[in-house]
Amino acid sequence: MSDGAIAWMLISTALVLLMTPALGFFYGGLVRSKNVLNTLMMSFGALPIVGLAWALIGYSLAFAPGLPVIGDLSFALLRGVDVAAQGQIPHVLFMSFQATFAIITAALISGALVERMRFGPYLVFLALWAVLIYAPIAHWVWGGGWLAKLGALDFAGGTVVHVNAGVAAAVGALVLGQRRDYGRQAILPHHIPFTLLGAALLWLGWFGFNAGSALAANESAALAFTNTMLAPMATALVWMLLDLVRTGKVTAVGVATAIVVGLVAITPAAGFVAPLSAIALGALAAFPSYFALVWRARTRLDDSLDVCAAHGVGGLTGAILTGVFAQESWNGITDGLLFGNPMQVVIQAVAVLAVAAYTAVGTFVILRAIAAVTALRVPDLAERLGLDVSEHGEQAYTSGEGAILLLPTARPAESGVRVEPKVKQVGGSA
Amino acid sequence: MKLIVAIIRPEKLNDVLEALFRAEVRGLTISAAQGHGGETEQVETYRGMTVKMELAPKVRLDIGVSDHFVEPTVQAILEAARTGQVGDGKIFVLPVERVYRIRTGERDEAAVTPVA
Repeated sequence: MSDGAIAWMLISTALVLLMTPALGFFYGGLVRSKNVLNTLMMSFGALPIVGLAWALIGYSLAFAPGLPVIGDLSFALLRGVDVAAQGQIPHVLFMSFQATFAIITAALISGALVERMRFGPYLVFLALWAVLIYAPIAHWVWGGGWLAKLGALDFAGGTVVHVNAGVAAAVGALVLGQRRDYGRQAILPHHIPFTLLGAALLWLGWFGFNAGSALAANESAALAFTNTMLAPMATALVWMLLDLVRTGKVTAVGVATAIVVGLVAITPAAGFVAPLSAIALGALAAFPSYFALVWRARTRLDDSLDVCAAHGVGGLTGAILTGVFAQESWNGITDGLLFGNPMQVVIQAVAVLAVAAYTAVGTFVILRAIAAVTALRVPDLAERLGLDVSEHGEQAYTSGEGAILLLPTARPAESGVRVEPKVKQVGGSA
Repeated sequence: MKLIVAIIRPEKLNDVLEALFRAEVRGLTISAAQGHGGETEQVETYRGMTVKMELAPKVRLDIGVSDHFVEPTVQAILEAARTGQVGDGKIFVLPVERVYRIRTGERDEAAVTPVA
């Protein structure tokens, strides 16, 4: 173990943990004001639910030795996860670092489910998805599973995190169905400054995500750090130009989106490509996601916050381009297409397809299984009123005018904020 | 007594308030409003979605005045709120049946006469 590595990984773990609340603000700014708390809670809720599911069982399924497709239960309930060395850092720290990845990956899916999903079933979905979908895929690529043996390159999770979450999001949007106003009314972002702030905090956290994935304070971490800085800059610049050509103006939501797309695309490549290649990769990655996003808005697929266009398509582009730009003189492992190893692109494509297929089927099955027990969507009236009140009994922005203090003994249900049959009588005026 | 209701551009509010002050109109109420009066719609783009903003932000002024104050008030607003572009707004002059000043209970002319 080395002090430097431990210090850097402690910081990286905290940085990646910050990305999930940051994602909440990124998403929260893009929804309508009546749903902002629910959208934030979809990210904040992932912290306890996925974090604990990971510690209790998910970590073992991902990183314990076992089959090529899944780990065994030898680390379940954190048995044997102690302060002894796992690489250059203590085992507990490695487990914590990986936990933050599981949390953000599951939270990413929420962007496709916002403004209509019941909070309880959503939390159940998160727990099941993290254990049954994320953990095995993490095992395939990072836990010594079959994709690792095949030689798939995924430095920090382009496939494991972003393709995985992007495809799961599209499936989630399909199973859940459109929001009632989708395609009928203009649904505008209510607080774009939140979205920009979220993008900034995501970028900050992503230095831990990518450079921390070196699992050491070394040359590889420095390369990943530099590439994590440069690639989104290139994506943002190209995105600005695309916006300018298409609409005549450079949009703020566009720049926030571009930063995330660039970060997603460089994630699998971060420690494998030269800095100049990272700039090229970032610039190229703008195109597929930009046009996927514009095209998606014309379809009936209500992937509300474009998780699939940003993370699925961005992750796919990044994974394939990793196979193109990888350079042994920088990473010490293998070359890509441009440096004489075209097979790497094929391996990358296999990894993406395998992950996409497994997560598509698995996500579908989990959501339908929950739907067989209870409703996934809020009632129509609750969707009109907003999920902040219907799911959480709170409003994000309230002046307090017209609020009458009930006696302390009065139960909240009597205040009439519950959107159950009782309130349906006044529904006509809502 | 008349109630003057003016719908104006938000960016002209300060000019209008200044003109009213010069015309010695002291009592008024303003509120934020949204409206549409035939001006060119503003087009905005959010990712893949392009929207036309049919309603533009406006400011509404409610001014209760005695009869001889109607003309100066209207003139002040007309001059200060005008840009010459479509969307400058409207002024409505309405008859008023009664006015009370809540503090003193004074009514009608006395109620809309500024306190010296």
